[in-house]
Amino acid sequence: TFLTNHKHIISLLSSLVYISLIDMAEVMRPEKLDMSNDTSSLGSPELLHVLAVDDSIVDRKFIERLLRVSSCKVTVVDSATRALQYLGLDGNHSFVGFEDLKINLIMTDYSMPGMTGYELLKKIKESSAFREIPVVIMSSENILPRIDRCLEEGAEDFLLKPVKLADVKRLRDSLLKADEIAFKNIMHKRELQANDIYSQLKRAKI
Amino acid sequence: MQRQVALIKQSLFDQGYLDEQFIELEELQDDANPNFVEEVATLYFKDSARLISNIEQALERGSFDFNRLDNYMHQFKGSSTSIGASKVKTECTMFREYCRVGNAEGCLRTFKQLKKEHATLRKKLEQYFQASK
Repeated sequence: TFLTNHKHIISLLSSLVYISLIDMAEVMRPEKLDMSNDTSSLGSPELLHVLAVDDSIVDRKFIERLLRVSSCKVTVVDSATRALQYLGLDGNHSFVGFEDLKINLIMTDYSMPGMTGYELLKKIKESSAFREIPVVIMSSENILPRIDRCLEEGAEDFLLKPVKLADVKRLRDSLLKADEIAFKNIMHKRELQANDIYSQLKRAKI
Repeated sequence: MQRQVALIKQSLFDQGYLDEQFIELEELQDDANPNFVEEVATLYFKDSARLISNIEQALERGSFDFNRLDNYMHQFKGSSTSIGASKVKTECTMFREYCRVGNAEGCLRTFKQLKKEHATLRKKLEQYFQASK
């Protein structure tokens, strides 16, 4: 019968469909691209959600505005402790559903009372849930050992205060580019898999 | 009125009270957020009044805790930089230098000057925002 003779081909076709569906699901996963409220394609401006941490009220107002003007969604907190609470990393697991947070970038001041931005950076990089989130350190002091230490600990970038609009734009563009590259890689992988199955099908003379 | 605004602003820059950072702030203003700069300035003066009061208390005590004073000045310098308050920023830097070398007399002298610059800036900015309305 058709089915038994072409079992092999049917399983190849199923694989092709399966792989396409899996990769589409992978790409569309909300954590990768914040498309929860945005139905536009990758080409248009994405809404990056930034968590900004600074103990200075003036700087908080300033960074919030910088980020809003750059089309980012912003959450601002006044201490590293509050940042950890927001992320649900403070040991108090009453925070439900932190996977829905979708923070794309953390920007933190270096010198803060209590926990410093550097200590916050370390805690984030130690967390399996959040270590992939880029962390940018901001500081009014251009101290090379400090910069090195932060970059060594995995900071994405180190910005000198006062932060410029151009700095934020550059960050945003590089994050979106990283997402675009990830997307293209997935598409390419899918294409290779599809091509592989297609050539098998061709050999089977479908 | 426009001309008066321009004149006040020009003098603030010419006399070194404000630097480019203030322009950066103005560029973040738009029709939807027309009072952004004034809002930042209001926050700044409220916050710096708190810092001035803390520093005054610390100095009145007589015993100079240079670490503590430097800490306050670090905050003061930071917010002054963010708003573009150039002269105030310079005084903060000088104060911190005196803290670093443990010069109490220098601290007191600089602090007096700082308060003066701060008060002048406050008055001039109030005029500027008033004229801009």
